[in-house]
Amino acid sequence: MRLRTPQLTQILFTAPLPVLLLLVYVIPFLGIARWSVTMPTLGLGQYEKLVGDPLVLSVLVRTVRICATVTALSVAAAYAIAYVWVRGTRWQQRVAELCILVPFWISVLTRAFGWLALLSNRGLINTWLQAAGLIDSPLSMVRNEASVVAGMTHVLIPFAVFPLASAMRAVDERVLLAARGLGASRLRIFWSVFLPMTAPGVIGAALIVFVFTLGFFVTPAILGGGRSIMMAELVYLRMFQSPDWGLGAAVSVMLVVVVMGLMAALFRFARPALMGSAR
Amino acid sequence: MTTRAVGLKAEGIGKAFGSFRALDNISLDIAPGEFLTLLGPSGSGKTTFLMILAGFEKPTVGRLTSEETDITTRSAEARSFGMVFQGYALFPHMSVEQNVAFPLQVRGVPREEIAKRVDAMIARVGLVGHEKKRPAKLSGGQQQRVALARALIFEPPVLLLDEPFSALDKHLRGRMQDEVKRLHGEFGTTFVFVTHDQSEALSLSSRVAIFNHGELLQIATPQAIYERPESRFVAEFLGEINLLPIERVGHCAAGTSGLFEGHAIKAPSQDHAAATGTLAIRPEHMSVCATRRGDHNGVAACVTGTTYLGAAMRLALATSGGTRLSVTLPMEAAAAALSKGPDLWVTWPADKGFLLPEPH
Repeated sequence: MRLRTPQLTQILFTAPLPVLLLLVYVIPFLGIARWSVTMPTLGLGQYEKLVGDPLVLSVLVRTVRICATVTALSVAAAYAIAYVWVRGTRWQQRVAELCILVPFWISVLTRAFGWLALLSNRGLINTWLQAAGLIDSPLSMVRNEASVVAGMTHVLIPFAVFPLASAMRAVDERVLLAARGLGASRLRIFWSVFLPMTAPGVIGAALIVFVFTLGFFVTPAILGGGRSIMMAELVYLRMFQSPDWGLGAAVSVMLVVVVMGLMAALFRFARPALMGSAR
Repeated sequence: MTTRAVGLKAEGIGKAFGSFRALDNISLDIAPGEFLTLLGPSGSGKTTFLMILAGFEKPTVGRLTSEETDITTRSAEARSFGMVFQGYALFPHMSVEQNVAFPLQVRGVPREEIAKRVDAMIARVGLVGHEKKRPAKLSGGQQQRVALARALIFEPPVLLLDEPFSALDKHLRGRMQDEVKRLHGEFGTTFVFVTHDQSEALSLSSRVAIFNHGELLQIATPQAIYERPESRFVAEFLGEINLLPIERVGHCAAGTSGLFEGHAIKAPSQDHAAATGTLAIRPEHMSVCATRRGDHNGVAACVTGTTYLGAAMRLALATSGGTRLSVTLPMEAAAAALSKGPDLWVTWPADKGFLLPEPH
């Protein structure tokens, strides 16, 4: 088959990305997948441990629990921000824009240490409370799940705003006017019309945030302080602290499979909403 | 299912968006149960006025009353007028029945009654078999019916329609016009309808209000507004019209008369103070013949072109003074006139012409 010149240029222009992904991602990942079934011995022993080892299982349960909590909190907060961004007054829109964009300019690491500075035993809150004489000994607010959830939610809210705002922009203003004209109160319009019409955006935002949370490493490592270990940190610990490369590899493979499944669901169910077409 | 229709009264309504005056001193009475059409070109203020009636916009000045009650500041949801939007504005995530049931659910009507009324309404607008479908699965005409059903089911005292047919093709538009006219007759609700299509306005309404540049130019029955427009804009907006400059306007007991390019022209008695004026005659009120008829007004003119309209023929003519005339004739009459040569007489009964008022 002879390629016409325009097709050839299209291929040349789009090729670098798949080639790069193949070289730095797919091939190395296949290596990791191989480790998971060959280290230390050939077989599925590491995968058996994944479901059998109580420690691994507890990390898995904790990861899902933290991820689900973070997803729910992020999407709820992002819904409010997106609502103001899309439907607020001009002034409110500018403020919302700042709230969405500024976090992107500050690294995840910095933000995690920021939470530490705020919540630790000698952090701002404890110092103030002690100075005010409200407490005698510092409250323990870090190195637990709550601080991990707070730090992760902080990082992920902006990512949830975009799909939600996109779904909200697709809502025809006249449909809301029609609901008002038919006698519906503001609250009724929100629950019966606006929220259902933006539901695909909620699903899309939730899937995106959930996928991100599964791979979170820095924030839980700093704010969890080794006590609230999540899957990504487990991979690190298995590979670099106890030389158990096989188990680390098996956990990685499992994470990638779960993420791919969720991405498939995202594209299948939430794509029309993210692309702005009302169904 | 009969509705108690109410009337509305606008007094000196004005609306400004910044320095732009969208509406200027609009006063009109809408009678209970009438079918009033707001007609005008885009940007004339007709839709803004409808939005003020609906309660979606607040007037900058003026008062809106309904049965002696001031409703100027009453919210749209409290007014509860039915509204059909351009593009229908159906709820895309709800089925046809859920869309139609919505106004009743909002009003806390018991479930069994909702089911009964929704079924009856869906049957009335001819949507049986489509109850479970989403709006996106329906044709434009069917979506229009859902919008009408949803706006009428709670028996609103007033139904407002904002260019509801603009998205439909000509054939479907005709059928939906009949449908709306039938629903108006059956429900007896006051209908206020916005359009820029003059034939739609003339065929549907009991009265037509003409808007231009934010002003109400004239409000009258379709026949009165078509045959006796009060301004040149109204005359020209409602369809083709011949405008003849008239000099030496005089009045006597038999009527008004004057001179057009030297021809003596008669017109019905009119209150017209100026010595010059513009005589207006619709193309279908004129005819063409080889010789002048004594009892009709007559002007010599030469045929310059013809346009085939299907059921009729439109002749374009020019007088010796260069005034262009347009005459619409049935096909046979047009053929007969054209066989007599290009130089003809354009004639019309004196009572079909009228002098337009002088602009202020």
